[in-house]
Amino acid sequence: MKQRRKVSLIAGLCALFSLAASALLLHRIDQLRPQSTLEDVLYISSPKLLKRASLGYDGLLADIYWTRAVQYFGFRHHNHADSYNLLAPLLEMTTQLDPHLIVAYEFGASFLAPPPPSGAGEPERAIQLMEYGIRNNPDNWRLYYDLGFVYYMNLQDYRKAADAFERGSKVPNAHPFLRLLAAQMAEHAGDFNTARMLWSATYQNSQDKQIRANAVEHLRALRVDEDVTHLQQAVTRFGERTGRLPTSMSELVAAEGLPGTPVDPDQHPYKLTPEGRVEVRVPDDFPFATKGLPPGYTPQPKFHGEQP
Amino acid sequence: MNAIEILGLEKTYLVGFWAKRPKRALHPLHLNVEEGEIFGFLGPNGAGKTTTLKLLMGLVFPSAGSARILGRDWTDPEVKAQIGFLPEQPYFYDHLTAHELLNYYAQLSGVPAKERSRRVESTLQRVALPDVKGVQLRKFSKGMLQRVGIAQAILHEPRVLFFDEPMSGLDPIGRREVRDLMEQLKHEGKTVFFSTHILSDAEALCDRVAIIHQGELRGIGAVEDLTSSVQGKVEIVWQGTQVPASMKALGADCHVTGDTVRAVIDERQQDAAIDALRRERLRLIALTPVRTSLEAYFVEKLQRAETTAGSTA
Amino acid sequence: MNARILHIASNTFREAVRDRLLYNLIAFAVLLSGAAILVGQISIDIEKLVVINLGLTAVSLFGIVIAIFIGIGLVSKEIEKRTLYTVLSRPVRRWEFIVGKYFGLAGTLVVNTFFMAIGVFAALFYVSHKFVRADALVLVALYFIVLEFLIICSLALLFSSFSSPLLSAVFAFSLFVIGSFAEDLRGFAAMTHGFTRWLVTGAAYLVPNFSAFNIVSSIAHEQPVAMQLVWHNTLYALFYAAMALSGAVLIFEYRNLK
Repeated sequence: MKQRRKVSLIAGLCALFSLAASALLLHRIDQLRPQSTLEDVLYISSPKLLKRASLGYDGLLADIYWTRAVQYFGFRHHNHADSYNLLAPLLEMTTQLDPHLIVAYEFGASFLAPPPPSGAGEPERAIQLMEYGIRNNPDNWRLYYDLGFVYYMNLQDYRKAADAFERGSKVPNAHPFLRLLAAQMAEHAGDFNTARMLWSATYQNSQDKQIRANAVEHLRALRVDEDVTHLQQAVTRFGERTGRLPTSMSELVAAEGLPGTPVDPDQHPYKLTPEGRVEVRVPDDFPFATKGLPPGYTPQPKFHGEQP
Repeated sequence: MNAIEILGLEKTYLVGFWAKRPKRALHPLHLNVEEGEIFGFLGPNGAGKTTTLKLLMGLVFPSAGSARILGRDWTDPEVKAQIGFLPEQPYFYDHLTAHELLNYYAQLSGVPAKERSRRVESTLQRVALPDVKGVQLRKFSKGMLQRVGIAQAILHEPRVLFFDEPMSGLDPIGRREVRDLMEQLKHEGKTVFFSTHILSDAEALCDRVAIIHQGELRGIGAVEDLTSSVQGKVEIVWQGTQVPASMKALGADCHVTGDTVRAVIDERQQDAAIDALRRERLRLIALTPVRTSLEAYFVEKLQRAETTAGSTA
Repeated sequence: MNARILHIASNTFREAVRDRLLYNLIAFAVLLSGAAILVGQISIDIEKLVVINLGLTAVSLFGIVIAIFIGIGLVSKEIEKRTLYTVLSRPVRRWEFIVGKYFGLAGTLVVNTFFMAIGVFAALFYVSHKFVRADALVLVALYFIVLEFLIICSLALLFSSFSSPLLSAVFAFSLFVIGSFAEDLRGFAAMTHGFTRWLVTGAAYLVPNFSAFNIVSSIAHEQPVAMQLVWHNTLYALFYAAMALSGAVLIFEYRNLK
């Protein structure tokens, strides 16, 4: 029996050692080839071909491609990438394999259309994706919403946005706000409130973490834009009355009868520069804000609480 | 030296799908086989013969106990060079020829390269398979496969041979040949340990036998001793259908069968019986001592075991 | 000791060959030549692509099937058919048997792949009428495919050492499929938390990772392969196979051959 013990011991040690070595090597190989799962994306020119090749297991394959899409975007976004060339093909393949994977369309609406670094900067392709989704899921009101969303947010085509919301509102069991949004487009397209409605809707109607986080950031930015606009108007009024710029925020608050020291969504008070500009204390915390930023500032988008 | 010493080898299996129950395939076995003898390991099917052989070959691991072969621990790989094994109903690689197969086995047994083809040829001759060059094993009949099996066991000239049912699948001529072979092996000083359920073979060949039943050893001893006549009777057979009065007077128990008569008389009266036949001018055909057959011993041992088992159950 | 392993390996090879295994090469040759001729009639530019993609995919798939079906027979069948008894009653250690079987099977596949490679290059020459430097990449792809085989063979042997032929085939094939998506598995793992993360990550490293070996698409587009990757893949395959083989040896050491 001694033989057996000796052999078993050697075999056992060898197995453990080899396991460790192979795991280590795998780690190194991963580093050599980042995003290697996506190589085939580059080389499959026809999603339809992929569907046929998947031999009926397209559902599973769609799930795999969806996961890859989410990871691709999250990984690159976390590393401050400025292009997302593979996002559109990945989403197209996912939806080709499973046209009923609604979350893929939502993802496209949120991240295909906006310009880099927050998105792939391909609004036209996003529109095509939404229309494809609508063709395959004509009774899903969310897709009409997403379509209108893209037209509104990224193309500023308020008429087409209104169209989309209108079409969506006719779908049975459609959310009532679609009708409301269609109406809003007509007169109040550029209003903060409209934008706020849309981002709130996106937030509430999605389960995807990245989409929701994105919506939250936009809502925060909207708040800042709104606050800064009002505060800047107050500065102008002050200037017209007194003929000079206010020396401090507290003076402005007192003079214009503002309700307390104005604070941003993070509870930091807004700054008033000597040149009379209203600015946020920490611009990096509001990646989508368009107002209240110091001159020459370029935003570095990063999500709060996002898991990469 | 003892060729084989079995020291309490025991095997218990766990059977059943969910709740495993223990099943004893072999109770602790103690057995010795001397070098140069032919030892028969007898028992009905399922008695534990094959289990014992597999334990000795290291194919199955014992629950307890050990064994020694030629003085060494039975798990010692060097021991394997000295033994040969023929499993029950052997089966070989379909697509090799007998020559290739035996050559392969010779390689594994460490037969030197120069020797190999000579040994293979001579072994094939010995098992009466001289003309099978180039024929793949899948084309062999059962009897031929059995011979190949024996060939691979004796190929490397081992000192101890283990055969599991060596006669199975053979016609009467084949069986005779195997019996002759085993006698030869004994003459060469080799030890043969074989299992069988055919008692006549064991009776004819073995020096000693052991009987195993339901995993337990029931009896062991030299064949001569087990089948010796205890009654001192002789059987006398003569031509014809007449039974002389003098024969009846001796208290003989006579039976007429066809055109011969058989009578069983006391050993001490055999001279008187022969005289009686001569007087009546009856032709004596045979005069043989009555022996208990191995079969009777066998059956008795099994029955006794069953009744004891029955009484304790 | 080494001699015995060699003998077992060569016997395994011989059994495989005699089992009309090499007929698969005929099927392969027919498939490939048919495809090459067909593609030669269609528009230019993608013939080479098709031949490379189809040829290498076929080499890979045929080989995997052979590796699994012969591999699982290696031990299971020998036990079932009791050919193993007469081998183990000789001075052959159990581990020598396993190792010998492995080399025999691996050797069979290498030889098989060699002949298939000739076929692929022949088809390539037929459609392109010449060889270019980039065609050497096909050799690299073939080498990686052989590395895949080394892994699959070791797994087939591992399962064969304790499980029936049918189950072994199922397990080996499942691991092949999972292994092809192992990178995605690691991606999934990164998205989970706590205990699940540990479990899935562990599984993702335990499973053979074939993605790094699958460079068929990229070399079809003449993308170069880093030398480092070749080294790393080679070592990975060797270590992984060693792990599976050690497992097989360990299991077989304790197996009762009923």
